[in-house]
Amino acid sequence: MSLSLSQDEQAIAAKQDGAGMAMRIVAESARLLGAPRLIPIASTHIDGALYHGDSGTLFAEKLVQGGAKVAVRSTLNVGALDLMGCSRVRLEEPQRGMARRMMEAYRKLGCEQSWTCAPYQAGHRPALGSDVAWGESNAVVFCNSVLGARTNRYGDFLDIACAIVGRAPDYGLHRPENRRARLVFDVSGLSSSFLASEIAWPVLGSLYGREVGNAIGVVAGVTAHPGEDALKAFGAAAASSGAVGLFHIAGVTPEAPHVEAILAGPEPEAVIRVTPEMVAKARAGLSTAAATETIDAVAIGSPHLSNAEFDSLERLIAGRRLAVPIYACTGRHALAQLERDGRRKRLEASGVVIVADTCVVVTPIMPELGPELGNGVLMTNSGKFAHYAPGNTGYAVLYASLADCVESAVLGKPVFTDIAA
Amino acid sequence: MSAAAEILVPGKAAEGEALVLTAPISFWGGVDPKTGRIADVRHPQHGEVISGRVLFLPGTIGSSSASAVLMELVHNGRAPAALVLHEPDAILLLGLIVAREMGWETPMAIRLERGAFDAYRGAAVRVGADSAVTIAV
Repeated sequence: MSLSLSQDEQAIAAKQDGAGMAMRIVAESARLLGAPRLIPIASTHIDGALYHGDSGTLFAEKLVQGGAKVAVRSTLNVGALDLMGCSRVRLEEPQRGMARRMMEAYRKLGCEQSWTCAPYQAGHRPALGSDVAWGESNAVVFCNSVLGARTNRYGDFLDIACAIVGRAPDYGLHRPENRRARLVFDVSGLSSSFLASEIAWPVLGSLYGREVGNAIGVVAGVTAHPGEDALKAFGAAAASSGAVGLFHIAGVTPEAPHVEAILAGPEPEAVIRVTPEMVAKARAGLSTAAATETIDAVAIGSPHLSNAEFDSLERLIAGRRLAVPIYACTGRHALAQLERDGRRKRLEASGVVIVADTCVVVTPIMPELGPELGNGVLMTNSGKFAHYAPGNTGYAVLYASLADCVESAVLGKPVFTDIAA
Repeated sequence: MSAAAEILVPGKAAEGEALVLTAPISFWGGVDPKTGRIADVRHPQHGEVISGRVLFLPGTIGSSSASAVLMELVHNGRAPAALVLHEPDAILLLGLIVAREMGWETPMAIRLERGAFDAYRGAAVRVGADSAVTIAV
């Protein structure tokens, strides 16, 4: 089916201004995707303001010069700089200046200066069943799965173009028939104590992503709601190990009151029965570092830490001084709360480095350690950091619970508590 | 050897040495946007440079930043002479669509069945504005 545009849409596309450029970009994408039409959207979350090179800055500035403004609520994902000045980003000129110009251009386009990969915890929560255009893989999967709003994975350029025209191509996960599960991921063979532990969800997410890839699955066998931060960790890990854009958890996520309600057919195409051995293997697979006596740093907050996660961090540190820094990545929404309570100062006095507006795997923040120093060992409780840190930072990774990350940071050497699946 | 292909993104006719990839590639993390060199150490064509070549892509692995890398290659004058895709990849090709909107000269992208790729391996290939793919003599 070929794309058909309304008269209004055609008129906008014929204009020589920023909105015309945005409409042509959305329409050309729709044509390549095979979408029959464009549909209105309620909001966007924009990943395009992270600097990858000068061309992206010039594109955003051309939209600004063309008088473009976003037509719907648009939050911004992380940028390459910590504009709050909490941490020092080692990005050099001229890249630093271009990254700043890019962030400034997106502000001028009318985007909210949220600078977070967890917009859904910063007050941006589209309604169940609404169509939106979100970027950033963890935000996309949370939006689809936990909120039940409908989005595909919108990448650089298309996200802001959709925001300006308030429309998106009608295809993929915008269509209800494409949101139904074909696979069952059954965790009933795992102990309830494991499922209640913090490491369960990032580890299961990593396994889920590897097992289902870009297919849609439903997790069965979860008896208690694991909490929003656990679902955030599950989705982020699944979206980094596979191309997961939507998952369901029977009895937990809004489109899956029970397994049968969300299956595409009478029977699933496959059932993945998760065993404690599969979990142990997935957990081990999140670490890349060889046995080591020391660690160089801990990084947490991918996705960005919530206030509840800062509460846990503070409780676990319990006023002790850290031997190696904990890089705690978060957004302004959580930082504001920390400042109000005077907690930021206490955490920083312990040796926590708060990173706002950005994160340690997208821009250089952690010290560069050469091969003579073994390239450094980073401990993390994030399945997503575990996936991206080795390639993006050069640090080898050890995966552990938040409690073990904190104990290890206090001692400067890795500590692991056994949690059996 | 000549085949007519479908135009995915129009552009100007081009000629270049064929580079036929034997595995799908992720542009983000897989291709250096400054040099056009295939940087993914696990890719069979690791170390080859895609700039100025007629690039045959059997498949792409869709990072949502692939478009940014392709546009950066165009902006740096390091883009392929033409792209020949087995199937359209909207995210990758968005890099060309946006670059064209920026007024930069972009290579054309066409669709051709990957079974036909082998005939062009190692040859100097011409892609006409009408999308005909021929071996130049």
